[in-house]
Amino acid sequence: MSELYSEKLIEHFRNPKNAGEIKDADVRVTVGNPVCGDVMTFTMKVRREKDKEIIEDIKFKTFGCAAAIASSDILAELAKGKTIEEAKTLSYKDIVRELGGLPPVKVHCTQMAVDGLKKLIEEYERKKKRNHC
Amino acid sequence: MDKRKVYLDNNSTTPLDPRVLDVMFPFLKEKWGNPNNIHVWGREAREAVETARENIKRMINCRDGNVYFTSGGTESNNWALKGIAFANIDKGKHIITTKIEHKCVLNTCKWLEKQGFEVTYLNVDREGFIDFDELEDALRKDTILVSIMLANNEIGTLEPVREACELVKDKSNAYFHTDACQAIGKMEVDVESLGVDLMTISAHKFYGPKGIGALFIRNGVKIDPLLHGGGQEKNMRSGTENVAGIVGMGKAAELVMKELDADKEKLRRFQKMIIEEILEKVKRTHLNGPSDLEKRLPGNVNFSVEGVEGESIVMMLDDYGIAVSTGSACSSKQLIPSHVLMAIGLKPEVAHGSVRISAGRFNTDEDIAYFLEVFPGVISKLRSISPLWQG
Ligand SMILES: Cc1ncc(COP(=O)(O)O)c(C=O)c1O
Repeated sequence: MSELYSEKLIEHFRNPKNAGEIKDADVRVTVGNPVCGDVMTFTMKVRREKDKEIIEDIKFKTFGCAAAIASSDILAELAKGKTIEEAKTLSYKDIVRELGGLPPVKVHCTQMAVDGLKKLIEEYERKKKRNHC
Repeated sequence: MDKRKVYLDNNSTTPLDPRVLDVMFPFLKEKWGNPNNIHVWGREAREAVETARENIKRMINCRDGNVYFTSGGTESNNWALKGIAFANIDKGKHIITTKIEHKCVLNTCKWLEKQGFEVTYLNVDREGFIDFDELEDALRKDTILVSIMLANNEIGTLEPVREACELVKDKSNAYFHTDACQAIGKMEVDVESLGVDLMTISAHKFYGPKGIGALFIRNGVKIDPLLHGGGQEKNMRSGTENVAGIVGMGKAAELVMKELDADKEKLRRFQKMIIEEILEKVKRTHLNGPSDLEKRLPGNVNFSVEGVEGESIVMMLDDYGIAVSTGSACSSKQLIPSHVLMAIGLKPEVAHGSVRISAGRFNTDEDIAYFLEVFPGVISKLRSISPLWQG
């Protein structure tokens, strides 16, 4: 892993494609803590296709360093179009690989983005259960 | 078109003045002699080293003592603290410093604590100033050294070193050391008027080369060397002298003597422009460090910007060719915000949004105008993707 940011990371930081919020989102979650210097909120919209649940869109808002912002953006990109079940298998390693490496001290930023996705899915499934009852 | 480049990180390091490089060059190319030899090569180098020393002594008005060359600010601070501590063990083992010193002072103190010394770390107020009553209360019979920096590298606080030194001399037998790395080249520094016993200098903070610095030591101060060896620097700092570096530092000192007034006036003006305009244009931005510019290092500005994280500001400005720094945890290896910002009582979430802008000799009015034009947009952009910002 490099001590510096990759070009790819900088590009995602500079021009994130998935920043913002989905107005009619199915779920919204927040991870992190301003005291620690990183806060991410994610909104997600899911569409049903036959018996599949597909992540139609994810958007993020992030307070944090360049690595945190780029990780959020990559996470959204990787999760979009995947089924909920597929998305559950995403790990921080996928993001690090996609970013073309990351300084070791920044890996926690990527982990936080993955935690955000986990929380989105948990929240989504919890809501689904409640609606079924 | 070439991308515009604006360097506003002069408290990290300053550009090498081309006039300094010019005088250094021959000492790397053909005048490579060892100043400790008596032949012509050696004499030529010795003469250059001593001329440089005289310039530096003149710059700091050193009349009662000497300056010894070191490898920079870090070594000088290590030497001052360890050298005094071990040479004066018979008088006591107590040292006083502040919570906002540079890491090379604080970590040396931590190491000395492990060797059995006791260290008191003075608090500072919201603008970074020490409190005289607290200093007086901290002084003990066994206090051997007080070390208080002249200018803080992050928030620009100019500590009242002259008054503090007077108090220490009045109430104790302790030596007084000051780290003047940031002050030199940006304001007058006079060891006679300050009254200090030891003072740290680093060349790369005043347009000289990196890896060269000096320690001023007043006559009669009892101090052990840090480096033992061949006995160079009057047996105070062994190792063959970094001649080119020393020559460069001497030239940098000469230029400071010539140009300080103009530099200082310019840095004050830029500082004022940046503070006034950014506080007005970028809402919910706060100045860290002294608001009275007379008590602030010329050229230094430090803001906390609500809703955005400092490292992302640095990275985004870098995209526009502008170089600044941050005290945010994200930029450090420890993931905790700067100890200085914590010591002045900032909440961690506010400290994470800090950015330091520091002007220097080579900045122009166009540089400042470009910064002022770019900065508000960068903050808006980052705030627009921040969950902590409800614009
Ligand atoms: C206040 C202060 N002291 C000491 C140092 C260390 O100096 P050097 O980089 O020459 O080791 C610096 C700069 O990094 C500084 O700002």
